[in-house]
Amino acid sequence: MADAPEHVVKSYDLQLKRLRNFLTEMGGIVESQVALAAQAIVNRDAAAATRAVEADPRVDALEREAEQFVIGLLALRQPVAGDLRQIVAALKITGELERIGDYAANVAKRSIVLAQFAMPLSLAGLAHMATLVQEHLKTIIDAIADNDADKAVDVWRSDQIVDDMYNAIFRELITYMMEDPRNITPCTHLLFIAKNLERIGDHATNIAEMVYYAVTGEVLPDTRPKGDTSAYAVVRPKE
Amino acid sequence: MSATMSEQQGSSYGSVQVHSDAAINAPRISIHKLEFFYGTNKALKDINLDLPDRQVTGMIGPSGCGKSTLLRVLNRMYDLYPGQRALGEVMMDGENIIDPKVDLNALRAKIGMVFQKPTPFPMTIYDNIAFGVKLHEKLSKSAMDERVEWSLIRGALWEEVKDRLNSSAMGLSGGQQQRLCIARTIAVRPEVILFDEPTSALDPISTLKIEELIDELKHDFTIAIVTHNMQQAARCADQVAFFYLGELVEVAPAMQMFTSPRERRTQEYITGRFG
Repeated sequence: MADAPEHVVKSYDLQLKRLRNFLTEMGGIVESQVALAAQAIVNRDAAAATRAVEADPRVDALEREAEQFVIGLLALRQPVAGDLRQIVAALKITGELERIGDYAANVAKRSIVLAQFAMPLSLAGLAHMATLVQEHLKTIIDAIADNDADKAVDVWRSDQIVDDMYNAIFRELITYMMEDPRNITPCTHLLFIAKNLERIGDHATNIAEMVYYAVTGEVLPDTRPKGDTSAYAVVRPKE
Repeated sequence: MSATMSEQQGSSYGSVQVHSDAAINAPRISIHKLEFFYGTNKALKDINLDLPDRQVTGMIGPSGCGKSTLLRVLNRMYDLYPGQRALGEVMMDGENIIDPKVDLNALRAKIGMVFQKPTPFPMTIYDNIAFGVKLHEKLSKSAMDERVEWSLIRGALWEEVKDRLNSSAMGLSGGQQQRLCIARTIAVRPEVILFDEPTSALDPISTLKIEELIDELKHDFTIAIVTHNMQQAARCADQVAFFYLGELVEVAPAMQMFTSPRERRTQEYITGRFG
């Protein structure tokens, strides 16, 4: 807790600070990975794509390191209350960040393939979605650093917009594929890219839930705003 | 094989209670507006607390917070000291046990106490158990033998001492002596057992044996345990009460207390931030 007084045992505070540093370092790298990946698609920037992919091993290594660190903290400090919530949340958040890094790297790789195709459609929608996801990611990483439960709730609520955008892009891409089979390859890559961005949004909301729990001790309700209905875009489930 | 494993896992998860809304039983003892004075010094202020029936209440807090004082109130230990007095209500079986008219011997048979340091009497193991029983009941030799065996079994000491019941209790190890004291307390068949730092003089394994014993005993007895060891309160207690400067700051099921305490002072104390 940011506003809690210091521990009587100073080294414990230092360890918690180090744990927080794991999160901010990972968060920073992952944030830049997503930004680079977005830049790679929209600007057909292969260099940006390469940088996004190359950052991934560092994120993976940090996740493993943080995991070991948390196991040590649990074993040696036997944390309780706010400390326990922060430590458990940190463990889960590093996992979420690692996944976000994977998705960003995947988007970047696809952008390299995509650059070989004439683009059949405007990428404005996708670019907009990428911007929005980046904003959410930035907000939630700030919320981790500031222990800000209100910001976490904002991110948790706003994922619906990302889902709506994904659904719109899904329909749009299907239309293009139906129009001309030559669009199928680039549109499939775009579809995966959109899906990856949507998943990044989901992971940001997962982080929001953990931040909220760590700060307040309360659990956000089960009914998170969830809006990926693309599974039903072609075939509606029978009532 | 895997099916068997998952079945086993399922059943063991089913029987182990580790969740936030573990039920707290109806009160066995109800404390209302209790105040306690050492002379003019008020050591307990407006305490309202229920000890749930056949569950463990852990009492934590820094030295001088009043937790041991509360334990002393519960079996009227303070009666021995002039100038110490309690006001308010400690209700058990419809009777206010701090009322001076209450029969102390009967009360202490109902509410037993185990202290920080093992206090065996300088006599045989058998006599250590029989001594207290004789004060309350007249038993035949065979009935007394049975009671001693029952007490030592419940005190998780029987297997270790059954062949030397007539040896001196002073020859037992610290952990064994403490279990003997618990057996001695159980021997008079109390309803409530108070533990005042029962393991602070014991090694870790003896400590775990006492904790295991407390876990067993709570099926039959209502238990209150004062401890400086937070992890011990977390391991043993169903509900935990946090005291500070003579006030009861917070009482909650152990799971809630150690994951999401409501009060800032509780949070700071249990996470080790008290300056």
